[in-house]
Amino acid sequence: MAEPTINLEQSFYEVKNYKSPILNWILSTDHKRIGLLYLYSIMTFFVVGALLGLAMKLELIAPGKTIMEAQTYNAAFTFHGIIMIFLIIIPGLPAVFGNFLLPIMIGAKDVAFPKLNLLSWWIYVLGAIVALLSQVMGDGPPDTGWTFYAPYSFKTTSTVLPALIGAFILGFSSILTGLNFIVTIHRMRAPGMTWLKMPLFPWTLYATAWIQLLATPVVGITLLMVIAEKMFQIGFFDPALGGDPILFQHLFWIYSHPAVYIMILPAMGVISEVIPTFCQKTIFGYKAIIASTLLIAFVGYFVWGHHMYTAGMSDTALWLFSLLTFLVAIPSAIKIFNWIATLYKGSINLEIPLYWALGFLFLFMIGGLTGLVLGSVATDVYVHDTSFVVAHFHFVMFGGTGTGFFAALHYWFPKMYGKSYDNTWAKVGFWGFIIGFMMLYMPMFTLGMQGMPRRYFDYLEQFHGGNILSSFGAIILIASLAIVIINLVTSAKRGKKAPKNPWDGITLEWQVDSPPTLENFETIPVVEKGPYDYKK
Amino acid sequence: MENQVHIQAHDHYDHEGSKLGMWLFIFTEFLLFGGLFITYAVYKYMNPVAFHMAAEELSVTVGAINTVILLVSSATIAMSISAMQYNDVKLTKRLLLATILLAIVFLVNKYFEWGAKISHGIYPGSEQLMEVSRGELLFYGLYFFMTGLHALHIIIGVVFIAVVYFKVANGTVHAERYVLLENSGLYWHLVDAIWIFLFPLFYLIT
Ligand SMILES: [Cu+2]
Repeated sequence: MAEPTINLEQSFYEVKNYKSPILNWILSTDHKRIGLLYLYSIMTFFVVGALLGLAMKLELIAPGKTIMEAQTYNAAFTFHGIIMIFLIIIPGLPAVFGNFLLPIMIGAKDVAFPKLNLLSWWIYVLGAIVALLSQVMGDGPPDTGWTFYAPYSFKTTSTVLPALIGAFILGFSSILTGLNFIVTIHRMRAPGMTWLKMPLFPWTLYATAWIQLLATPVVGITLLMVIAEKMFQIGFFDPALGGDPILFQHLFWIYSHPAVYIMILPAMGVISEVIPTFCQKTIFGYKAIIASTLLIAFVGYFVWGHHMYTAGMSDTALWLFSLLTFLVAIPSAIKIFNWIATLYKGSINLEIPLYWALGFLFLFMIGGLTGLVLGSVATDVYVHDTSFVVAHFHFVMFGGTGTGFFAALHYWFPKMYGKSYDNTWAKVGFWGFIIGFMMLYMPMFTLGMQGMPRRYFDYLEQFHGGNILSSFGAIILIASLAIVIINLVTSAKRGKKAPKNPWDGITLEWQVDSPPTLENFETIPVVEKGPYDYKK
Repeated sequence: MENQVHIQAHDHYDHEGSKLGMWLFIFTEFLLFGGLFITYAVYKYMNPVAFHMAAEELSVTVGAINTVILLVSSATIAMSISAMQYNDVKLTKRLLLATILLAIVFLVNKYFEWGAKISHGIYPGSEQLMEVSRGELLFYGLYFFMTGLHALHIIIGVVFIAVVYFKVANGTVHAERYVLLENSGLYWHLVDAIWIFLFPLFYLIT
């Protein structure tokens, strides 16, 4: 049998191991193709999740039933949550940009286990399909919320089981990606790239990978217990079978709080790449950013109780969890100061990726500061389960991770596709995004303070004004997202050819071709200076 | 042409890296069972007497025999790795077969143990269990779930070791490239180690 040969000078898009173009994608072990597979899957789900969000906002435009029944609304927020959390922001940045860029940024040809990497994507697809089955099987889509709280998840007649099994399967994908990245970073850095010469995006991927590894099994087993309880009536969390529903909440949040850092840390890594490049200046406090990354990953394990202030815990537990929650805010603040200090006296080149990075700073800070309101027991009890909470985590997750994702997309787009995008449309999309975002979520803070509960499809007349504003914000936001995505899609097809290094970046990915060749580097580079040494 | 290379060159072999990956995976397995051990600890703390009573129903002898079987099987697979380092393929294969056999004996024991419980009407969701105290119900739930999940790991281990056996037989795994064998050994020790915790928690707490 003749072995296929490849030309190492052409871009990885040209490498074809199979005749069928689809097989070339879904059977490729090339980290770049796998990253793009994730990008396309995630973007597809994102469109569905975002439209569900829009539908909910349209329902809330007026009190009473507007466009859907209460039960449909319950199913909508559950499905929106499952898609956005399990299918989008948890895999999100590591799966897309980590896969595409981590090996290049550390000067490697691929990840440590390329086949395992492809398997992770397959597991992701399998998990997604199983989770989606819950929408079409049995007696109606699940209505438990993405958290599957006991004992309601045992009482409901909706189809929860496939969603649980899907989330369980998705956990494996996450664990295997994390494992792959840790080994890659330990074993495959280019000669000369010591730990303290590694760029910050790989550093955040490293910390994230550890959280994926350490926290995901706990939620895995918790979901498995719920599955077993539903299928075989093994008593774990259902009081009717002797179990304790509060224990479910503990086990669930032991994972799901650290999961918040799985989502946000890589976004912080992206911002740490974008800001120095567009200031042409070394990052302020490189080591402090690394230390705070690791500190966040570590302290983040001990704060899960802040989701359960009203669930029933001892007073000692309450103030301890509150104290730790305040402590974990410190390293995040350190990063913000570092980024701002980097901007100070830099030669700022205001390009689209920097717009998104600054948007991240702005939105993430609002999300972080309102988080303190929720972290302190006294104020949390007041706004618990109101739309204040919803606004807070959308600022952090969407305003933080989501904006970081778009920063990454605009920053590395020329590298990934070898094309430039249209700047005017990108700016329109960005400003629409910020305006729509603020209009959508800011009123929810005040509505929450006034007592509007979350997850209700109806509300009192007194909340009408804020909700109208919020719903119009949602329309603007969705329209701007459409502009952003359409601009990128058309540019990927028909955009002007991009230079190898359009932003004058100095990390390794800017030294390889756009798009990169199959093995990224002709010869593995030898690293001599730090990742952001612009002067030398 | 210099730039034409075989795609196979892409496939690199890194013994240390593969082992690191396996260790990380084992770590996640411990955490998976860790969630169950926490649940066990919480419910044991809440129902000490009921757990004590329920545990008396389990046979210490069967549990002890299974413990010995797993410990011996851990030894045989460890020896198979040493045999491979001495390049003794025949002995490696024999020791791997011995490990698989011991694992199957373990599963047979487990089958009869579970079978006896089920024929006495003790199984999740059974009428009899619905009538006992809350603590006993939780104990049996944990018993079936944890030993069941462990048995599943034994089955996966058997398949894993069987694959390694065939790879040793056809020469893909050999004295210069035996990290897969070593990883199957690591996995098997994990399965063994978890049982070392399960045995006292379910059989010896009476
Ligand atoms: Cu939290």
